[in-house]
Amino acid sequence: MREFKGRVVTPGTTTAEAVVTTQGFNTLASMQMALQFGDKETKCGDQNNPELNGKPLCGKALCLPQTIGSTTGGLVLYCACSMKRQPACMLFSEHIDSLAAAGAVLASVWVEDINMPVIDCLGEEFLSYVKDGMTITVKEDGVVVVD
Amino acid sequence: MYLNEEQQAILNGSQGETMAKIMKTMVMFGDAFGAEKMVPVTSKHNHLVTSFGLKVMSPVYDLMQQLLDAGVKSSQTFSVDPRPVDKNVPANFLQKLVFNKLMYTKQNFYEEQLHKLGLMSDDAFTCACYLDQVGNVPKKGDVLSWAESSAVVYANSVLGARCNRNSGIMDIMGSIVGYVPYFGLLTDEGRRATWIIKIETTKKPEAQLLGSAIGMKVMEDVPYIVGLDKWIGSELDDSACTYLKDFGAATASNGAVGLYHIENLTPEAKEQGKSLIAEGAKEYVITDAELERVKANYPVVWKNPDATPKLCFMGCPHMSLQQLKDWTDKVEAGLKAAGNKTVLIPTVFTAAPKVLEEFNKTEYAARLKATGVITSYICPLMYMNNPLCKKMPVITSSNKLRTYTTARYYTDDEILTAITKGGK
Repeated sequence: MREFKGRVVTPGTTTAEAVVTTQGFNTLASMQMALQFGDKETKCGDQNNPELNGKPLCGKALCLPQTIGSTTGGLVLYCACSMKRQPACMLFSEHIDSLAAAGAVLASVWVEDINMPVIDCLGEEFLSYVKDGMTITVKEDGVVVVD
Repeated sequence: MYLNEEQQAILNGSQGETMAKIMKTMVMFGDAFGAEKMVPVTSKHNHLVTSFGLKVMSPVYDLMQQLLDAGVKSSQTFSVDPRPVDKNVPANFLQKLVFNKLMYTKQNFYEEQLHKLGLMSDDAFTCACYLDQVGNVPKKGDVLSWAESSAVVYANSVLGARCNRNSGIMDIMGSIVGYVPYFGLLTDEGRRATWIIKIETTKKPEAQLLGSAIGMKVMEDVPYIVGLDKWIGSELDDSACTYLKDFGAATASNGAVGLYHIENLTPEAKEQGKSLIAEGAKEYVITDAELERVKANYPVVWKNPDATPKLCFMGCPHMSLQQLKDWTDKVEAGLKAAGNKTVLIPTVFTAAPKVLEEFNKTEYAARLKATGVITSYICPLMYMNNPLCKKMPVITSSNKLRTYTTARYYTDDEILTAITKGGK
C-alpha cells in the first residue's frame, strides 16, 4: 500500500478499482461512442490507446497523466457526469489540462448530486506505481491511497 | 483570484442566479490554473464547438435552455462547428435511419437555441471560421473565449490572438460573462516555447503527418519550429495559411497543442525570434524516416485491412477556397493521366458554406462536379461517429478524422492516386 498526495481540483471521497493510462486520455475518442449508444459501462473506444481501449471507465478510478484532443472533451465529461456514467474519480499525475478542468468544474457547478473527486499533481511515481485492478481510495484532502 | 467590483457583484448575484453560476464556473476554472485575475474578452465574434443536435447530449441542450430561460446572452455573435448531416453525402438506408431517427434528432431544436443565443448567420457552421469568406477573423492580441481545437490553435499561432484551449460550454460562458481567467496561452510566459522542433526532411513534409508527429511528441506544450519556412515560405499567403490550418489541426487532435511558432513565418516568431524559446527547451528532430515511423505506427482498425475503400473524405478541418481549386486541378489531371473520367471512390470535399458559395461562383465548381467529387458543408467526424461507419472502409488525409474515427490516413498524393487511379 502506498499513499500519494495531490491537489484537490474538485473535492470528494471514493473507493474504486483503478484503470490506468500512461498516455494522454483523449476524452472524445474514449467516451463518445459509449455515451451515444447506451453503453452503461462507458467502455473506452479510443483505438489509439491500447492500454484502455475496450475497458470500462464508469465507476472506475481513472489514473492518467492529462487529457488530450478535441475541445469537446470537457462537455463530453460533463455529459457523462449528467448521465451518471462518469469515472468514480480522475487522478492526474500531472497538472490538470484545460479540457478536463472544464468538465470537472462544469459538473461540480451545474450537475446536482455529483461525486467525482478530481485530484491532480500526483507525480510521475504515482502513475508508474498504480496498475489496473488496484484499489484506490481518495480522501477529502487530496490523499490517494493505492492498495 | 482577484475580482474587480463588477466581477465580484456578478458572482454575488447582482445579475441573477444563473449569471452568478456562470461567473462561479469561470472562477473555479481559473483557480485550477492559479489565475490571478479575469480579463475581458475582446474579439468581435466568438466560436463554439458544439454544433450537433445529438439526442444523447441532452444535458448540453438542457444547460443551454437554462441560459436562455434566464435571459442571459452574450454581446458577441458567434460561429459554430459544422452541421453533422447533409443529404448530398452518400449514405445507405440504414445510415440515414440512424442519422435522422436515432442520432441527430435534436438538431433543429439545438439550432433554434443557437439562433437565440447569437449565431452569426444561418450558414455560420464551420470549424474553419477564421477564413476570410466566413468572416470570424480575430485581430492580433484579441482575447478569445473560443473552443474547437483546430480553430484555437490557428487563432493563436497564425493570427496572434490569445485563447486557451477552452472546452465546449466554457466557450459560451466566457462570452456571456465577458471575461475569461488569465492563465496559460493568454500570458506572455505561457506562449513561450518549451520544445524546439528541427525540420530536416528532404522534401516538404505532409502537413497533417508533421502535425501529428509534433502533437504526439509535445502534447500540450508550445513548439518552436525551425526549418519549415524553407518549405512553406516566410509569408503568410494563402498556401502557407492552408498548410498551417491542416498542420495545426493535427497537432491539436493528435496531441493537445494550442499554440506553435514557426520561425520566420508566424507573427510572434517573426517579431521575437528565438527569444520565444524557454530555457531548457527539449528538442525533437523531424526527418523523412521519423515521419515514416509515425505513419507506420498508426493502427489499422478496419475489419478487413485489405478492403476496398467505400468513401473518401477530404476537409477535416474544412478546406479553403484555394484548396478546393487546387484539388480540382489535381483530380482532373489525375483522372486524365489514368484514363478515367470520374473518381473511382465516392469522394466528398467538405468546406464552410460561405466558402462553397464562393467556390460555386467560379468555373472550378462545374469542373469538380464533372469529376464526380461531391462538395458538402458537413463535419466528416460527425458523419462517421456511429457504429455503422465503424465497419466502413473510409480513407482520408485528415489526421484529426483518423484520430477520432476508423478512417484510415493516407497522404494527399496517396489519396489522389486512390481516387483517380484506383488501389488504396
